[in-house]
Amino acid sequence: MAVEPVPPAEALLVVEHLTMRFGGLIAIDDVSFIANRREITAIIGPNGAGKTTVFNCLTGFYKPSVGRLTLHHPRRGPFLLERMEGFRIPQQAGVARTFQNIRLFSGMSVLENLIVAQHNALMRASAFSLAGLLALGRYRRAERAAVERARHWLDQIGLIDRADWIAGSLPYGDQRRLEIARAMCIEPVLLCLDEPAAGLNPRETADLNRLLLDIRASEGIGILLIEHDMSVVMGISDHVVVLDYGRKIADAAPQEVRNDPHVIRAYLGEDEDEALPPEVLQDLGDTVKGR
Amino acid sequence: MPGSAATGSASPIVATLKESAVAALVAAVLAVPLLGLQTVQEPGGLTLHTRWTWVGIAVGAVFLGRLLLNVAIAAISQRRAARQQRSATSLGQAVNRYAVSLTAAALLFAVALPFLPFTDRYVLDVSILVLTYIMLGWGLNIVVGLAGLLDLGYVAFYAVGAYSYALFAQNFDLGFWACLPLAGMLAAMFGLLLGFPVLRLRGDYLAIVTLGFGEMIRIILINWQSLTNGSNGITGIPRPTFFGLPFAASAPADTTTFHQFFDISFSPLQRIIFLYYVILVLALITNAFTLRIRRLPVGRAWEALREDETACRSLGINPTNTKLTAFSIGAMFAGFAGSFFATRQGFISPESFVFLESAIILAIVVLGGLGSQIGVVIAAIVLIGGPEIVRQLEEFRMLAFGGLMVLIMIWRPRGLLSYREPTIRLRPRDRRAAVASDAATKALP
Amino acid sequence: MGWRGGGGACGGGPAGGGMRLRRVGSRNKRVDQRNLEYFLQQLINGLTLGGIYGLIAIGYTMVYGIIGMINFAHGEIYMIGAFIALIAFLVLGLVGVTWVPLALLIVLVVAMVLTAFYGWVLERVAYRPLRGAPRLSALISAIGMSIFLQNYVQLAQGARVKPLAPVIPGGFSLLEVDGFIVQLSYLQVIIIVLTTALMAGFSLIINRTSLGRAQRACAQDMKMASLIGIDVDRTISTTFVIGAALAAVAGMMVTLYYGVIDFYIGFLAGIKAFTAAVLGGIGSLPGAMLGGVLIGLIEVFWSAYFTIEYKDVAAFSILVLVLIFRPTGLLGRPEVEKV
Repeated sequence: MAVEPVPPAEALLVVEHLTMRFGGLIAIDDVSFIANRREITAIIGPNGAGKTTVFNCLTGFYKPSVGRLTLHHPRRGPFLLERMEGFRIPQQAGVARTFQNIRLFSGMSVLENLIVAQHNALMRASAFSLAGLLALGRYRRAERAAVERARHWLDQIGLIDRADWIAGSLPYGDQRRLEIARAMCIEPVLLCLDEPAAGLNPRETADLNRLLLDIRASEGIGILLIEHDMSVVMGISDHVVVLDYGRKIADAAPQEVRNDPHVIRAYLGEDEDEALPPEVLQDLGDTVKGR
Repeated sequence: MPGSAATGSASPIVATLKESAVAALVAAVLAVPLLGLQTVQEPGGLTLHTRWTWVGIAVGAVFLGRLLLNVAIAAISQRRAARQQRSATSLGQAVNRYAVSLTAAALLFAVALPFLPFTDRYVLDVSILVLTYIMLGWGLNIVVGLAGLLDLGYVAFYAVGAYSYALFAQNFDLGFWACLPLAGMLAAMFGLLLGFPVLRLRGDYLAIVTLGFGEMIRIILINWQSLTNGSNGITGIPRPTFFGLPFAASAPADTTTFHQFFDISFSPLQRIIFLYYVILVLALITNAFTLRIRRLPVGRAWEALREDETACRSLGINPTNTKLTAFSIGAMFAGFAGSFFATRQGFISPESFVFLESAIILAIVVLGGLGSQIGVVIAAIVLIGGPEIVRQLEEFRMLAFGGLMVLIMIWRPRGLLSYREPTIRLRPRDRRAAVASDAATKALP
Repeated sequence: MGWRGGGGACGGGPAGGGMRLRRVGSRNKRVDQRNLEYFLQQLINGLTLGGIYGLIAIGYTMVYGIIGMINFAHGEIYMIGAFIALIAFLVLGLVGVTWVPLALLIVLVVAMVLTAFYGWVLERVAYRPLRGAPRLSALISAIGMSIFLQNYVQLAQGARVKPLAPVIPGGFSLLEVDGFIVQLSYLQVIIIVLTTALMAGFSLIINRTSLGRAQRACAQDMKMASLIGIDVDRTISTTFVIGAALAAVAGMMVTLYYGVIDFYIGFLAGIKAFTAAVLGGIGSLPGAMLGGVLIGLIEVFWSAYFTIEYKDVAAFSILVLVLIFRPTGLLGRPEVEKV
């Protein structure tokens, strides 16, 4: 094995030899990759390739069997994610995530969802609620700031008019965007999105692309993206990691990945060595989209 | 009945009668062995007595009940078939709309009650009882309604509060007002101790473990003779004083009693009225606390945790600590209520802290509509006050109580009031617009 | 407040079992508690008690497995089973059926059928209207039903304990050392054999028949099950009927074994049986049986070697420990959290 490459200064997340076993099943097998700051990194692969498992390891829902996950926080220094308790990863290391099946607080209002996301900041401001109980000014100011942040994100996702709706009553596409906004409210340095475009119509998908590009540009954070919709992957990502049966089979810029014979074989299951004609490649995205 | 057309046209009545007959038949089969044949202990051993009249009454009651129920259901469903489903929500909204005026009226009534013309000793006693359950219901509402933790052993903390007051008062000669915070703290500490190992468990497991803890505390109270005097309980628990002034007809030489100090004539009712106001204030503090904390980060985190624990973890909320605060704060209020109970009764024994009490408190919370503060009040009045009114039917009281729980749940599975007002709004709008938009919200899939 | 329907009586029934059984052993002689014979005697007693708990636990575990609710009134169903068995014995006595095996068989069948009917009506009246409602509502309805049934039996049969003269006296003396006799009564043999047979029979039903398949399908996904043509209502009803019938067997055995019952026995037995179901892994039939036996053994051994007063505390403590270290119970399948 070659000498480990020194991570570049822009590296945000460094995944090294990540392996996850469930009993005898190896869901992820020795996967290493780097996600950079101010970049959108897409993780793609056929169903069952282990993409969500990578996310679950990153965000503390699973403890990886082997491997090191280092997050280089620009202000707070490096964190070894695999050693942290689940809820401390968002709290301290600033890793936020969304879920494949939307997990909003569906009985609470849209605004409340965004305020709950700022729990830790508000807890500090309210001196663990004691100051809040006495209605001290410091807490009121903190709450106003939290509402302002929420308002900012509601503007970004176009839900400002529905701020007082019950989250569960929003249309599906709005719920997806709200979940992203909620994740952004914890002020993350790495945003992990699990199939954000699933179930969206083309217009909503285009909105999503714009939102993600905006976040990359204005917040300067890294985005890690699991997606089947190739129009999203090819349209906005800077860098694509391809998984198949738990192994990494490609790791490059979108244009290179799309011509990579390994990737094509993984998706189409063909045994040919030569690259496929462009028309077929064009269809590839649609095939996967219609899964 | 021959002729399908005839059956078809007569069907509503015939079907109803038929259904009622079937229900009556079922009741007959069920009642014959248990109700019709009574086992009676006689000198020669156990023998059977027959009581067919009881069976007849039961069967008749089921027949009529079923018939009336069917008629009622038909009448209601014709009138508002569509609205039926959301009636709990809409009633909650209606109550919510008039919340301010309703609350003010109820408060005024509660404050004035001791001086209303019809108020006598009995009414006050029942009111104190109802208020105690309202306070317990509000306390448990924090745990079950807000944080979504199913606690079936709430009465254990009530017991801790009662016993800690009784024991502090007996062993260290402390008064009620000194013991009240101590009892609350001790109950909260018990909440922490019990909660720490078990709060990781999922809903139903948590329920059974808390139930187990409730029973364990009771068993310990029974068996720890040297401390608690076992099943005989603790007697002679000191009564509360009015900031140091005792309520008594006569006092030892160096103390002044309440009536002496205010220069009024002594009446035993004074103490009861004072107790009434103490529990009223305690209950209102519980309510104010809950309303306030709902709008604080902790309270919002409780509700978020109830909605989705996984999402909470992904937002950096520590689930265990958050649950622990809910559990121990709920326990604290039970502790306050417990020491009030001890000082009011003057006597406590493990008998007062059986599972049934936990079940009643939980029933108040769920019947009221989870998380609804006004719902708790209504449910407590219906469940505690209602059976008290029909006291003469002593034997049938608990039967009716159990039946009432089932019927209310079937009638309103989400509780009497189940409307949740968001804890914060971006734009506070006038109430009518808000209700209209919420209705629109509900109409969406 | 006067609301405690007979709270003091909860030492009765199976709860009192440990105490009663201990006397059997210690009547012979002041016993050195550490000897093997004493241990053996307690083992027999514990297995008997455990079998009874296991039978009740099956009802909890099946219902929980299929509709995910704690059937809180199941303990009362067991209590009703015990009362029906008692009344059936008395009726047979009046009619003049004195041949014990025949009487036992008749009582068994009558108790099972009538109690099963109670179980069916219980589901029909209190649970079916609440299917799809929040889980807490169903739980409250169940608690309400439990209070209702308890007070119904109290009203119908009186609050006093009901004694029944021993129906099957005698037993084997397995072993005698220094005057201490290890006894295995005929009744214990019957209980253990019948329990094992019923367990085996019902496991077979659940594993091999279409009813069992339908139950498992409903447990997985009720909506999907109904879409592929399974009669969900009937499957759930059948589950309640089976659970109630088994509880009736347990009730009948308790009536015979202890010779006294009262309207309050359902509460504690119900809690312990549910504890057994959770201990074994809720939703698992062998788990319920294993949990029942364990709870029975813990209770009997704790009473025999430590203090009778705290035997229920012991059972609950072990439950808490198991749940903390193995939250799915002993035989339950671990659930992988899907996110």
